[in-house]
Amino acid sequence: MLPVIAFTYFAISMTVLSALVITRKNPVHSVLFMLALFFHIAALYLFLNAEFLAAVQVVLYAGAVLVLFLFVITMLNLRWEAAYEPFIEEWPISLAVGLSLLLLVFFTTMNFVKGPVGQYTIEAIKSETNTKILGRILYTEYLFPFEIASLILLIAIVGAMVLAKKK
Amino acid sequence: MVPLEWYIGLSAVIFVMGAIGFMIRRNLIIMLVCVELMLNATNISLIAFSHYLQDLRGQIFAIFIITVAAAEAAIGLAILVVLVRNKGAVHTTEITEMKG
Repeated sequence: MLPVIAFTYFAISMTVLSALVITRKNPVHSVLFMLALFFHIAALYLFLNAEFLAAVQVVLYAGAVLVLFLFVITMLNLRWEAAYEPFIEEWPISLAVGLSLLLLVFFTTMNFVKGPVGQYTIEAIKSETNTKILGRILYTEYLFPFEIASLILLIAIVGAMVLAKKK
Repeated sequence: MVPLEWYIGLSAVIFVMGAIGFMIRRNLIIMLVCVELMLNATNISLIAFSHYLQDLRGQIFAIFIITVAAAEAAIGLAILVVLVRNKGAVHTTEITEMKG
């Protein structure tokens, strides 16, 4: 009973928060509602036995990406943005397209076949911690994508510095 | 235990809100925020599947998606900074140089 109540709270609050994120006129308000949404998402990951990813979500997304957004917003210092209309004129069409996509996903979810069950049961994960097992898989079976991810981060750092440099 | 379809439904709702927000907003910063929203929605779906199918590959994939999303947010914001420096506006109605 309690997981259902908790999930209902998370679903309603996440829907309301993401609706607030996309409709605020002030970008700082939008980013702050996104911060609240990220905390809710991290709590949802804790329900799904993904403790490492909950911590990574809070530290990385809420702590680094959002701070980067806030830095850029305050650095750009746009005050005349308030005079513009926030939405485009053809917004009912986008709403209709989005809702039809949602309908498509609902019809697909009703009759899909789940794949085969893997070997990492919850008891096996709880015997050693989630982080330890994730680390073991990441460094043995998925080592090559891990190295490529580090290269992607390097390119992102160098690219951002080269792009934003003043002449 | 919550059924898996509820998690997929929640992920779909957040993804569609991100997509709608990307389509209807004119401020480039908010459009980047909506891209991050869509990426988080797919993360929720992946981790829910990883829990219900008792496989850890969903979480590994989610780690890589978070990595790529952070890198892409950094580069997108750098491009935005250069755009404001050259054009003076983040509103897409002002950026009409390539309009026919």
